[in-house]
Amino acid sequence: MAGPLYIADCESAVLTVALDGLSVLFHQPSGMTHIVAPPAPEILAALQAGPADAPELLRRLRVLYDFEGDEAESALHARLVELEAAGLVRRA
Amino acid sequence: MNAKLLVRALRDPASIGGCDWPGLISAARAEQLIGSLAFRMEGRPVPARIASIFEAARRDAAYSRTQALWEAEMARRALAPLGVPVILMKGTAFHAADYGACIGRSVGDLDILVPRASLDAVETALLDAGWERMKEAQGYDDVYYRRWMHELPPLIHRTRDRMIDVHHTILPLTARPTPDAEALIADSVELENGLHILAPADIIVHAAAHLFADGDLAGGLRNLWDIDRLLREFIAADPDFRDKLRARARLHQLEPAVARALRLAHRLYATPLEQSDGRSFSLTDRLFEARILARNGWGQEQRKLLRFAFYVRSHWLRMPPLMLARHLWTKATRRPARS
Amino acid sequence: MRHRLDIQIGPVAFRIGSAWKAPLDALERLYSSYPPPEDGLADFTVRLEPEKPWRRFIRPSVAIKGDYVLADAAPLSLAHGLLAAEMGMNLQMALGQKRYLLLHAATVEKDGRALIMTGESGAGKSTLAALLGERGWRLMGDEFALLDMASGDLLPFPRAVSLKNGAIKVMEAEVAADRFGPRLDGTPKGAIRHMRPNETAIARMGEGATPALILFPRFGEAEAVRGVGAAEVFMRLTQASTNYVALGRSGFDALNRLIAANPALAIDYPDTDTAVGLVEDFWQARAA
Repeated sequence: MAGPLYIADCESAVLTVALDGLSVLFHQPSGMTHIVAPPAPEILAALQAGPADAPELLRRLRVLYDFEGDEAESALHARLVELEAAGLVRRA
Repeated sequence: MNAKLLVRALRDPASIGGCDWPGLISAARAEQLIGSLAFRMEGRPVPARIASIFEAARRDAAYSRTQALWEAEMARRALAPLGVPVILMKGTAFHAADYGACIGRSVGDLDILVPRASLDAVETALLDAGWERMKEAQGYDDVYYRRWMHELPPLIHRTRDRMIDVHHTILPLTARPTPDAEALIADSVELENGLHILAPADIIVHAAAHLFADGDLAGGLRNLWDIDRLLREFIAADPDFRDKLRARARLHQLEPAVARALRLAHRLYATPLEQSDGRSFSLTDRLFEARILARNGWGQEQRKLLRFAFYVRSHWLRMPPLMLARHLWTKATRRPARS
Repeated sequence: MRHRLDIQIGPVAFRIGSAWKAPLDALERLYSSYPPPEDGLADFTVRLEPEKPWRRFIRPSVAIKGDYVLADAAPLSLAHGLLAAEMGMNLQMALGQKRYLLLHAATVEKDGRALIMTGESGAGKSTLAALLGERGWRLMGDEFALLDMASGDLLPFPRAVSLKNGAIKVMEAEVAADRFGPRLDGTPKGAIRHMRPNETAIARMGEGATPALILFPRFGEAEAVRGVGAAEVFMRLTQASTNYVALGRSGFDALNRLIAANPALAIDYPDTDTAVGLVEDFWQARAA
């Protein structure tokens, strides 16, 4: 069954600075700053290829990064909830 | 001393040379007009320190705009699945539509108008998306609020700390004029992102209603500045605008409020009036003007008795006398709230 | 307003109005060698007003008002009027300063480079900065550090140092009596005494400095030092800033530049002499 399709803003909308293991993001549309840990930046990068639902996103992450393990699906879901609340990701 | 220097600076920036700069700045800050003033004065020769203050104020206004539009966007995301019209109001609407009135305009809360029948669904969707009820809205006042007011008790977002006011009409149900909420919604204008704003004439009617029939005239200078900027833009875009405004004011039973707003805007900001716009400046108008200008060069509110009179009046207007009596009785006899 | 005093501290000028003469007299004494604003203008206005008209005379109650106000701020007694004036100036900076990135930090300067000390209230940075200011360093400020976002430099804001409780005795032992304001007991934070920065700090309050080292000092612990990771520094500095959020992209870029260019250390110390020793050591290492 089809879950929601997620969209991220294009890369130019977010300024990213890597700081010892974490990333600080300046999200220009909101003017807000977020400090995020992996896999959040990776999720945002994986969404650059276009809108995706959770299973498709998981596939992209497995291809691009070492996104493995039994917990991968629930971890992805949890991160998507956070990113959506922060406004960095939205539903199509 | 009153706020006339501020009014003159907004109306005619070129007329401000040497003046009481700290007085002007303090009055502008107190009236939430520092951003608008800073843009009006852009490029004018002013002392270096003042130029710095204006520059910082313009930057701050840009940030306020970003925040306002972002709140609108987050509300849009939360409410889109409901399929109901969501109409932006006040400062946020000016920014969303890029009206001249948005220049330098700071925005506090997000105000939206939705159909009354959708209020419960809207509130639920907002609560699901991270907004919360404010602690004060418990017990009697909450019941009163929901039954008689034109809006839900305000919600505040738990992480962004910004308030949203959800309206279903533009005046409390207890006030005498009864605006046509369905017409407000039916004639609203859709924006690119699917959100709406009120039709231009309705924006002016709402601004006038908000100034006179709902509030005690606090923030009057800014409200009238909004009306001045909006009116000039709407008339320039549509030669028939004045007729449309009159018609809408009549529909919403707010002709006196709109007429008074135009007279006051003309008096303060030289907003163009037509002969047909009505009577000359009355004694009551002078009282309104005095109350609106009651701010001195230290940023203090002046004319306490006059302000108090308007404060009482604003409550009187919201509530017919019998209801006011019942309201005060219930308030006086209610049991103290549980901690 | 009945009485008025204008004060310039670093790049910021305040216009302070008061319904009572006494607080402004005390303020004027405390800031006695500060030159008044050259242009006679102000960045911010502070007002000391009676909460209700009759409270001007009967159990005088000083409400702190101004361009920017805290809605539910409790008024102070007239005896604490000087404190009210200081709090009023702090409030204008905290709520209204939009030109410089404000960090809640103490800063001292040596050889054109600045040391930033930041952390929770009561962690001891004010006292440490005040002491360093008497031991060969220039005190730039004990409460607010002003970061100029365009240049990356820190600008001074050497207001009177607000010493609390134990710190009062420490500085009384170091500094001449005429540099102190009255001792104010029974304030919400205990005993407070204000101390005017020395001649050098005042004379050079127009001179900025390039940041060199960021410290997170913690008083009352056994001596310990650790490096602080960049992400933690970023988070702690944004928490220490009242206006970071309002400055948007400029603030983001300026803060990242500050962190990228400067090492950060957390130092715990049992007493101020140890702290001073640690600071001197790490400063040498940084300069090398």
